[in-house]
Amino acid sequence: MSESLFTQLLDLACGAFLLAAVVVLWRRELAAIVRLFALQGLALAAIALLLGLHEDRWDLIVVAAGIGALRAGLLPYLIRRALATLVTDRAQGQDQAAYTHSEEVRETQPLVNVAASLLTAAALTLLAYAVARPLVELDPTPATRALPVGLAVVLIGFFVLVTRRRALAQVVGFLLLDNGITATAFLAASGVPLIVELGVSFDVLLAVLVLQLLTVRVREAFGTTDIDDLRELHD
Amino acid sequence: MLHLSQEPALTALLLTAPVAAPLVVAAGYTLTGLAAQRRPRPVSAARREETRRPQPVVKAAAVSRGTARAMTGADDKGEGDDSVPGKPVAAVRARGRHPADWVGLTSPVVILACASLLAADVDDGSVAAYSGLLRADALTVWMLLVIGAVALIACASAPSYLSGERDADRATGRTVMGVPPIERSREWGSYHALVQVFLGAMCLAVVTANLGVLWVAIEATTIVTAFLVGHRRTRMSVEAAWKYVVICSAGIALAFLGTVLVYYAARQAGIAEAWALDWPTLLAHADRLDPAVTRLGITLVVLGYGAKAGLVPLHAWLPDAHSQAPAPVSALMSGVLLSVAFAALLRYRVIADAALGVDFTRVLLAGIALLTLALAAGLLLAQSDYKRMLAYSSMEHMSLIALAAAIGSPLALAAALLHIAGHGLAKATAFCVSGQILHLRGTTKIGRVRGLLARSPWLGALFGLAIVALLGFPPFSLFASELGIARAGFAAGSGLGWTTAAALLLVLVAFAALATRATRMLLGPARKGDAAVAESPSALWPLVLGLLACAALGITTGPLGDLLTQAATVLERP
Repeated sequence: MSESLFTQLLDLACGAFLLAAVVVLWRRELAAIVRLFALQGLALAAIALLLGLHEDRWDLIVVAAGIGALRAGLLPYLIRRALATLVTDRAQGQDQAAYTHSEEVRETQPLVNVAASLLTAAALTLLAYAVARPLVELDPTPATRALPVGLAVVLIGFFVLVTRRRALAQVVGFLLLDNGITATAFLAASGVPLIVELGVSFDVLLAVLVLQLLTVRVREAFGTTDIDDLRELHD
Repeated sequence: MLHLSQEPALTALLLTAPVAAPLVVAAGYTLTGLAAQRRPRPVSAARREETRRPQPVVKAAAVSRGTARAMTGADDKGEGDDSVPGKPVAAVRARGRHPADWVGLTSPVVILACASLLAADVDDGSVAAYSGLLRADALTVWMLLVIGAVALIACASAPSYLSGERDADRATGRTVMGVPPIERSREWGSYHALVQVFLGAMCLAVVTANLGVLWVAIEATTIVTAFLVGHRRTRMSVEAAWKYVVICSAGIALAFLGTVLVYYAARQAGIAEAWALDWPTLLAHADRLDPAVTRLGITLVVLGYGAKAGLVPLHAWLPDAHSQAPAPVSALMSGVLLSVAFAALLRYRVIADAALGVDFTRVLLAGIALLTLALAAGLLLAQSDYKRMLAYSSMEHMSLIALAAAIGSPLALAAALLHIAGHGLAKATAFCVSGQILHLRGTTKIGRVRGLLARSPWLGALFGLAIVALLGFPPFSLFASELGIARAGFAAGSGLGWTTAAALLLVLVAFAALATRATRMLLGPARKGDAAVAESPSALWPLVLGLLACAALGITTGPLGDLLTQAATVLERP
């Protein structure tokens, strides 16, 4: 692969990666948010794949395949399944099922509205570029020049985590944060060592399983997955 | 002295065993649990069997309660169907009825044994196995000893806690949040497995030299304890579990980003991929790390592991999780999990000091320590729940350790490590006692627990002594360590002197808050109608042992003194 083609493809993948995070802020349907998260996982796998092809490292290509399977396949599947249980449990319930149905699968009232969220995303991206300046200066290659994208997604993930009220939207926020960190690792240093990468992926998978189960318990206990209703414990 | 380092296989075994033993025990619990579920029987028979199994304990408890209450003349509602008169023998045997509860003691014993054997090996450096993946130096051994000791207290007091909890499940009604008691008893089966995996993850976090694996282990502790925090399935405990997982995972994700940036800096400094996250290698080449990148990475690491150690700004999970978790788990979380996360911070601090000079981490840690201390002291003043009170006291002590790390002189570091041990022992005891108080009084409100000393002298005395230890009175080791931190602070120069003075003022506020609340719980006459409840001092021996160890450490560090000095040397700038 020629150098310029590599750079273009890498920038394309990074652009898609960032765009997916921004569009997550724009959409309110949880199903659409999960689909975007899966797309972002694909972009992340593409970044790893491109780096692997560029450096002729087979282990990176295998890692890319694993990341694609986990982040574009398994994790979205798990969240979608959690979403489906929430919806079917509701639908079996009362006659007002239609109403609660739309409540549970939509982010009806995020703490910050869509326009302000998108502006914040722009501001966070600028902030990421400002913060990442020393990182890029240390070793300016095509990959590290795209590094601020990873940090921007980390910040956007945090923003989603803080401003979204549905439990599953928060899970996606956490996963965006994690995608951003993985992308940063790839762009900065072609990924962390394999044993660490495996451990991290395993931890993320378990964290999502735990959060999925807790979501069900939150709904059992509070009758909703709106995290803002969790106000029993305070000082 | 016995030197084992000549035998690499033995070293590998000693390094692996603290991690492997808890995991093996956990696997044992899981397998026996599965075997009990999978017995090929018709469902109805299986159900009957499972309801029958917890029965002896319940009967026994009901009988013992019945007799206790009959003596006091208190009413005994809602237990009539369970209490079978004429079988008092069962009451005597009640505690022995769950031998599985005691198997969990194996792993703390193994951890302690391995740590003491390793102690002989590390007096002149370190030992490593699996090409440097596992590594022990004096700090590792010290942390392993603390983990083992606190785990011993927590696991040994688990049987009496669990039998109390099983009684409470029956006494408070057939279902808790729609979960029938059969399901609940199965859930208690997974309790042991989760606690053991938790122990294994913490041991891995201290014995690994790879900063990436360290991160994986600390994140694993979050995942494993999530269910333990939310085990009660009430609104409060589910909320605590959710906040715990989300805040800790997000916080610790920051630490991973920091780790990635340090890795990037290390790769750019010319360290090979396999060694770029290896702590000794990083330390040796720290002067070659790019300062700007390292500064960003270290800041993120301090925020991230600080979240797990209960430091500002991501501390919000701590009081909720500590107050909702079962008492032995609270003891483990407060006593060692916080300090394991802090030990990770201490390791990064050395790298940062070598790469950036001491001022950077000093300002960062001192600022965080003061903020955490102010917050903890303020919230202690307004506290009406004794488990949350203990949780905020943990934050207070962690911020003192952070202050000691900011000072960074040999005296301060040794005092910080001693403080980790003393706080672990005292806080574990306090949390285990608070679990018993909860069973006894059925409330966590300070105002409704009065006359504890008059009504249950053993429990009251233990709680009082644990609080006295936490307040920093001699002979307990927290006195010595707090004194050491203060002395080191005033000796370190005017800036840190003022910080230490401010910190001491805040500690005084926390002291007053804790002392008044504890006296309110302990003193006062027993209410009319509550005579002394039948106590079982035999169940309290682990707690007595914990306090004795804490006091012994305060009087003389004995053979541990050398280890403490060596561990502090590990943390000094090379």
